[in-house]
Formats: sequence, structure tokens, C-alpha cells
Amino acid sequence: MVVNCEQVWREISNFLDDDLDPGLRSTMQEHFQECKRCTAVLEGTRNVVQLYGDERLLEVPLGFDHRLHRRLDESLYPTRRTFFGWMVAAAAAMVVAGGFEVAKSLSSSRSGLRSAHAQPGHAVPPDMMVVLYPDGKTFHVAGCTYIHGKTNLQTVTAREAGREGYVPCVRCLKKYLQATASIGYGSDAS
Amino acid sequence: MAGAVRLLDQPEQQMHEAALIQRIRDGEHELFYELVRPYESRVYSAALAILRNPADAEDVAQEAVLKAFRHIRQFRAEARFSTWLIQIAVNEARMRRRKEHADLMEPIAGRRDEEGNYTPRDFADWREIPSESLERKEIRRLLTSALESLSEIYREVFVLRDMQHLSIEETAQALGISVAAVKTRLLRARLMLRDMLAPGLEGAWNRNVSFRKGTKPW
Repeated sequence: MVVNCEQVWREISNFLDDDLDPGLRSTMQEHFQECKRCTAVLEGTRNVVQLYGDERLLEVPLGFDHRLHRRLDESLYPTRRTFFGWMVAAAAAMVVAGGFEVAKSLSSSRSGLRSAHAQPGHAVPPDMMVVLYPDGKTFHVAGCTYIHGKTNLQTVTAREAGREGYVPCVRCLKKYLQATASIGYGSDAS
Repeated sequence: MAGAVRLLDQPEQQMHEAALIQRIRDGEHELFYELVRPYESRVYSAALAILRNPADAEDVAQEAVLKAFRHIRQFRAEARFSTWLIQIAVNEARMRRRKEHADLMEPIAGRRDEEGNYTPRDFADWREIPSESLERKEIRRLLTSALESLSEIYREVFVLRDMQHLSIEETAQALGISVAAVKTRLLRARLMLRDMLAPGLEGAWNRNVSFRKGTKPW
């Protein structure tokens, strides 16, 4: 059997893949020994197969596997992810709500006072009877000169006065207005 | 011999995979990572061969892997898992390309005359390839560039057969074409790449890589 160059080129891929009948393969090998051009084509094609067959050419972008696994995670564990998400959201909501409550309690302690500039009392006995008048901002002990001549005086407990936003008089109840004063009136209100 | 079919999986590995697939079907979903890990780069390169865009290829590769997981019950043991997975990637990539009309940008190299004979243009001697040449980034870039210049029908066959080492039959199955078509396209792809890369042409090598004129890049 004799083959020409064109026949060799047609079969050169099958030759490399060892996918030829033995007779043709043997004939081609004889041809290669005599034909430098076909040998060049054979070796060059073999080089191509060898070069591209190297795994170093199968590069993937940096972080490819990480991104793929993350996406797989979302598909494989949707409930876990949702539950985790809910947990995070719930925790965040609790933190926010707690913050609001603290802020609210701090601000309400002052804004509830009848005077923005008043100083709340400290450790005022809650059951102590005090006197106040409806339009005023302070409560007093009976007989305080600051309520002299006032009408509509009411006598209430310090606890009740505190609840209504009244603060101790700076004159008659001065001892309860310490610089370290905290909010509230006695243990009941603090 | 060089160029002969290199088996992708050993029989033991195929048995291992079959056992993994059964356990995944039974609910051990976390084993899917182990099953798919050896083929992640191949899924990506199959998608890249069709789309030629790394971002799209990555997206398609992810879709393909997810699809394989969702349809793992449809996998039939007569095929290799790797072939099935790559087939999914090929189909996903083709759908993406159709959707984006990317075929309008297809290179013309080898697009026509699939049936006719291909005549080599270069007959320079090109025998030696030091394997360390692939360590060089410009060499890899040059090989990638030459591959991208092939039209899709040759590129996808070449990638699956010569880069991913699927058999001729597996390549035909993954691409949904006949064995004869695979052989024809593979021959043309190899010869075209050889013509593009052969040192004697003083073409791609000497234009893109700073080698001295007429010398081999390896």
C-alpha cells in the first residue's frame, strides 16, 4: 500500500490517536521516514496536542472555586441560610429595639419633667407629703415661702408629684437636689 | 504514545463516584462537593471554549454545577459523571450564547469548508518542546489566543478532546454531534493550530512574543 501526502494529512489526527488499522498505520510510518514535510506536520501536530493537553492551560480565575462553593451552599442549604439570616436579623432587631428603649428611658426621664431646666430629686421619701399647685413646676414642704399666697394648693405624696413631673423646690427641699442626683423619687421610682 | 487517549478517571474512581452519587441521592447532599471538585476547572474551560468570556464562563460553570446537583437523579450510570457534567456546561453555554447573540462575533478562522481537506501551510521542523515553556505566561497567552481564533465548532471539539481528554465518543456525546464530525473537526483544529503556532511561519510567535526572529519560542 502506498499513500500520498494528502492522504497522510487526512489521517494524521487518527494516527496520533492510534485510531487506524494496522496496515494503514504501518504504511504511514514508512511514508514519514521518507517525507520530511509530512514528518514536520506530524511532529508539529503532536506538539500542539502535547502543549494544549497540559493542565496548566486549564487555569480558572482567582477565587473561582470559592465563589462556586458559596453558590452551591446557597442551593444545598437554603433552610440553614434562611434560618441563619433570620437569627442575624432578629439579633439586630433586638439590639436596635434595646437602643431605642434606653434612649427613650433617658430622654423621657427629662422630657417628662415640667421644666426642661429642672433638676430631678434624689432619694426623696416617696411617701412624704408635699404641696404643689397645678400651674407650678416644683413641689414643696408645707409652709415653704415659695408657695406663700398661692391658691389651689394640693397635697400629694412625693411619689405622685414625681410622676406628674414636679421636681423638688430648690429652697425647702434643697437637700434632695445633690449634684449626684439620679432620676426618681425614692426606691419605688428609681 | 503522545496524543493517545488519556483516561480521565480510573475504574476505581468511577466506582467511588457511583457510590457518592447514590449517597447524594439518598440525602447526603454535602458529598456533592467531593463529587464535583475534580471537574470544576473542566466545566469552566468547556464554557470558556464556547463563550470566550471569563465572566460569562464562570457564571455558566456555576449554573451547570447547580443544575447537575438539582438533576442528579437523572444521571444514568452508562455515562461518566464528568461527561454528563460537561455536557450540561456545553448546553448552558450554548444557550447563553444564543441569548446574547454572541455568535455574531465568531472568528472566521476555519468557519467555512468543513468538508474539504485542509492543507497545511507550514512545513518547518518543530520537534522540541521543553515542558517548562508553559511556565511562561506569554506562551500560555499565545496558546490561548490561537485557540480563541478558531471558530466555535473546532474550538469546542479541541477543548473537550485535547484539553479535557475526553474520548472521541464522549466528545461526540457531550457536543451532540457524530463521531465522524468530531474526528473531522479535531483534525482541522489541530492542523490550524499547528499552522498558527509553528515557528516556521514567523507568525503568531514572533508578532506577539519577543523572541528573536526565526528562533523557536521554546
